[in-house]
Amino acid sequence: MITILQKELADYFTSIRIVILFILTLLASTAGLFAAFQGIRGVDLPEGFVFLGLYTTQGNVIPSLVSLLALIVPIIGIALGFDAINSERSGGTLSRILSQPVYRDSVINGKFLAGIVTLSIMIAATLLIVFGYGMRLIGVTPTSEEALRLLIYFIFAVIYGAFWMGLAMLFSVLFQRIATSLLISIGIWLFFSIFIFLIAPAIANNLAPIAEGSTPAELVRNVELQQMLMRVSPNQLFSEATTALLLPSLGGNPYIIAMSPAGAYMLPNPLSLGQSAILIWPQLTTLIGLSAICFAVSYVVFMRQEIRAT
Amino acid sequence: MSEEIIIETHDLTKNYDGVTVVDHLNLRVAKNETFGLLGPNGAGKTTTILMLMGLTEPASGSAQVCGFSPTREPTKVKRLVGYMPEKVGFYENLTPRENLKFIAQLNNISDAESHSRTEQLLEAVGLSDVADLKVGKFSRGMKQRLGIADALIKKPKVAILDEPTAGLDPEGINQILDLIAGLPQMGTTVVMCSHRLYEVQRVCHSIGILSKGKTVVQGSLDQLGKQALAEGRYRIEAETIQPTPQLIDIIKGIQGVAKVETRDNLLLISADSDLRAEISKAVVQSNFPLIQMRIQEFSLDDIYMKYFHEV
Repeated sequence: MITILQKELADYFTSIRIVILFILTLLASTAGLFAAFQGIRGVDLPEGFVFLGLYTTQGNVIPSLVSLLALIVPIIGIALGFDAINSERSGGTLSRILSQPVYRDSVINGKFLAGIVTLSIMIAATLLIVFGYGMRLIGVTPTSEEALRLLIYFIFAVIYGAFWMGLAMLFSVLFQRIATSLLISIGIWLFFSIFIFLIAPAIANNLAPIAEGSTPAELVRNVELQQMLMRVSPNQLFSEATTALLLPSLGGNPYIIAMSPAGAYMLPNPLSLGQSAILIWPQLTTLIGLSAICFAVSYVVFMRQEIRAT
Repeated sequence: MSEEIIIETHDLTKNYDGVTVVDHLNLRVAKNETFGLLGPNGAGKTTTILMLMGLTEPASGSAQVCGFSPTREPTKVKRLVGYMPEKVGFYENLTPRENLKFIAQLNNISDAESHSRTEQLLEAVGLSDVADLKVGKFSRGMKQRLGIADALIKKPKVAILDEPTAGLDPEGINQILDLIAGLPQMGTTVVMCSHRLYEVQRVCHSIGILSKGKTVVQGSLDQLGKQALAEGRYRIEAETIQPTPQLIDIIKGIQGVAKVETRDNLLLISADSDLRAEISKAVVQSNFPLIQMRIQEFSLDDIYMKYFHEV
């Protein structure tokens, strides 16, 4: 499996795809820095969390780094996984590899691992570029808690990317044609990152209608329903987790308020790391679970698939 | 030829969507021979090979390759068997050397050994000049050659080659067939699928013909040739002028002649061996002119056609 992992990594790093993705991450970090540069003076950041502001502050027109990353990470994941198996199949290499004395699962495991390594390198690069330049830019060094929060955010982002990669890989196992697997992956990504946020309020308003004179209970019901629907989307889970991790102050954090009904009456103090961790625990486990399901399904399908080349 | 059996299948059966592709197939391939697997398109040749490699599970029946069951111990079989698929493909962004090295690594072959094997094989298949070109630039025939090198890099006990000469130029075909013909001496049993009968006839010791997933006939080429022509292995045509029954009797009297037929001025003689000298002598001594003589060895086409007409 190590051999396959090495080969896949070598493949990834010599492909044009990776160059494009690296340019994309580079652009993201530049844009994120620029946004922070524009906007960081204007926001009232709690003491001890100024450095995280580099990642979460948005500029006049440029979105913040974390929202850019939320957009880019799935793209990287899909780009790394969408042709993992079916390109080997259509290239005629799959039957050749599988007729070597390797276990069939080491092929898919090797590919998945190589993808995760590549993904980690890209996300780490983006975060570290901002880390370094940001220190020069604002002259504030991160506290150890901030560094720890960033590390957890990094792990989260990798898992989030792994979910999209696992999903794309699943389609590459299921469909023979590369175009099909790519289109379906992108379609699902579009649905979860855009359409569900348009549909969820509509459905919620239908099932739990609110009007001018609605009681607080009705309003809460509506909001809760919306939340529930949106949380079907892994994008929502990721952005909630991001907010809880990197914007730990309660004030101006709608997610945290919505998550705890009493939130509105709380003092606008930043949450401790432990409390943030408790808040994101469900999101983390769900994302890990989703990635695991995607990978497991592709694994099982791949193991039972016929290897006829044509 | 030792009579040790290296590949054996027992009632091997495979269905795809309710259609029986391979139907109670019984094959036996002896060690260190070259075995030709023939049959029309869709006869189940590739499926049989996939089952021998453990890439596809049989519906019923069993197979033994080098003493292992491909279903239960696929990795052991794959360690010993080199396989070249029909539609062979390589990583296009790598050079032939890198492609072969990767396969060698998957087989746990040491770098030093894989290096020398690679050079040797690239030389043997005639790709030394282009060893540093990316495979993406290769023509179909070049990939085919690389496919053979690829199947042989692990020094297999058995090499299974599916259409090894497809897409090759005539010179390439000769080169590859010579390479294949030399393999049994190096301790590699070859199973080869091909539609080009003359190639099979040239390199194979024995053949099996499949049709609709069943073995139609199996055995050594000599034996089958005799059976197919029923009379003998050689067919000699002699042209004379107005042959008489006496002449025919005289020729029939020559030892080794199995059958004589006449067609106008032609005598069609079936014989066990090349009896041209004896026949020409007999014709001339009987005061008949001998205008021309031709010898025809039996060809695999005869065998193939004979069994297909019967099916």
